Amino acid sequence: MRLLRGALLLLGLPTVLFGLWWIASADSTSFYFPPLQKILAEFAETWTAERWRADVLPSLARLGAGYAASCVLGITLGLLIGRTRWLLHLTEPVLEFARAVPPPVLVPVIMLVAGIGDTMKTAVIVSGCIWPILLNTIAGVRSADAVQLDTAAAFGLGRTRTLTSVVLPAASPRIVTGMRQSLAIGLILMVISEMFAAQSGLGFAIVQFQRSYAIPAMWSGILLLGCLGVALAALFNLFDRAVLHWYHRMRERSA
Amino acid sequence: MSHKTNRDPAGPRPGDADTPHPSPAGPTAPRPGDPRARLHPRRPRPRLRPTPGRTPPLPVPLVLGAAGVALALAAGQLLPHTPLVNPAYTPTTGAVLNALAADLARGEFWQALADTLTAWALGLAIAVAAGAALGILIGSLPPVRAAANSTIEFLRPIPSVALVPLAVLLFGTRLPSTLLLVVYAAFWQVLVQVLAGVRDIDPVAADTARSLRLNPWQRLRHLAWPTALPYLMTGVRLAATVALVLAITAELVIGSPGLGHEIAVAQSSGATERMYALILVAGGLGVLVNLGVRAVERGALRWHPSVRSEAPA
Repeated sequence: MRLLRGALLLLGLPTVLFGLWWIASADSTSFYFPPLQKILAEFAETWTAERWRADVLPSLARLGAGYAASCVLGITLGLLIGRTRWLLHLTEPVLEFARAVPPPVLVPVIMLVAGIGDTMKTAVIVSGCIWPILLNTIAGVRSADAVQLDTAAAFGLGRTRTLTSVVLPAASPRIVTGMRQSLAIGLILMVISEMFAAQSGLGFAIVQFQRSYAIPAMWSGILLLGCLGVALAALFNLFDRAVLHWYHRMRERSA
Repeated sequence: MSHKTNRDPAGPRPGDADTPHPSPAGPTAPRPGDPRARLHPRRPRPRLRPTPGRTPPLPVPLVLGAAGVALALAAGQLLPHTPLVNPAYTPTTGAVLNALAADLARGEFWQALADTLTAWALGLAIAVAAGAALGILIGSLPPVRAAANSTIEFLRPIPSVALVPLAVLLFGTRLPSTLLLVVYAAFWQVLVQVLAGVRDIDPVAADTARSLRLNPWQRLRHLAWPTALPYLMTGVRLAATVALVLAITAELVIGSPGLGHEIAVAQSSGATERMYALILVAGGLGVLVNLGVRAVERGALRWHPSVRSEAPA
């Protein structure tokens, strides 16, 4: 019974909304808002295995590469800057500024420097994804408990041990928070970088549909993009729970 | 150490990525100006060490920060003269600043700035109004809230740029195109925070309100609103940043009037210096928005007894 109720809560409203969309658009003759039935039919037709290979997977590969590079760079630099006081003061205003620049604005710049290939798109993703990770890592490192740090020093733990057993655990919740923000930004930048100049990719395909007025196909692209966003968010939640299970347990207990 | 950062590891506060390090110095923290603190940056023993009482020490963070900015500018000036970067693609700092000065003297620049700010402010206002209203409505009706949860979690991660083609088709390159993207992106930030805020209502206060027989309007006014306000302000702060990013992005990608469009024009016409100058302006705008909303947040919550923890965004 409880299971049923949970399922109802989880799926009830989405089903109702989809149903409403279906019914409301069923005999829609509007050019821009085709019937949902048509969109779904188009979805199956458009996103074939061929299309996945040609457009979706390259996009995701670039996103993965850029995101991974951002994580490595952001966390490494963040640990370094967070642990080095003068470096922190030196870089802080510059980082604050760099973070405030809307990432898509850098697309033209990176296009100039890196051309319009995969390098450019990955660089665009890195240029936007790195900031939340970097700044959250710095903040996390700075929030490491002073007593614990002193204890580590009193026990004569070396730099590496201090880093791995005190600083990293203390910083990890914030690092994960930064990574979560970055993932959303990365998805957006993946699409934008392909809207500018590309011969393949999800963003390219969607813009192409729009320009050729293939409206149901365009809607199916929007749907696919939405599903990707949801799937990535869900994957990240799994990752979060796997990495930070100790932390979530701690919070539950204190709450 | 500030209030906020002391609380860790009890809770990282996602919204607080803005605070990259604890704000400087309680009374017992190491004095930044203490010369010896710099000799042993790893093991400062703040409490034991009196500060030298002669000349007031220079605030080291400020000096270092200024040095960092100067270094970045100098690197931008010198690098194009080296073979490391192509000067055609990366103009010197001087050239960029010249282009910026030229732009500041032009009417079109100010028009573009005004367009961007209009889209930002309008979009933010709509998103905040809708997010707050819906958030309080959904949040104060538990069954609705439980039912809406999955839908919100589903809609929220949909990237707003997915709406670009739709915006172009519906509105072309006019302001509503930008607004659609801005509102969509900013709305969720506000909604999620307000929902968390309404959930945070103190059960004792809720019981008290019930036994005092407050009517729904009074409950809203005296119970839900004050509880949710700090969360709402967090939502507004996050939304303001997102709204600016999306406003400029929309202009860049769609071509609706504003700074983003100017950047696209500068890029396609090969005015590299101007492009960099406009990017500097966009970054400056971002910094100003960050500072501005934080000031508003502090002002609006001055009455609030404590800094509340924020819900994960």
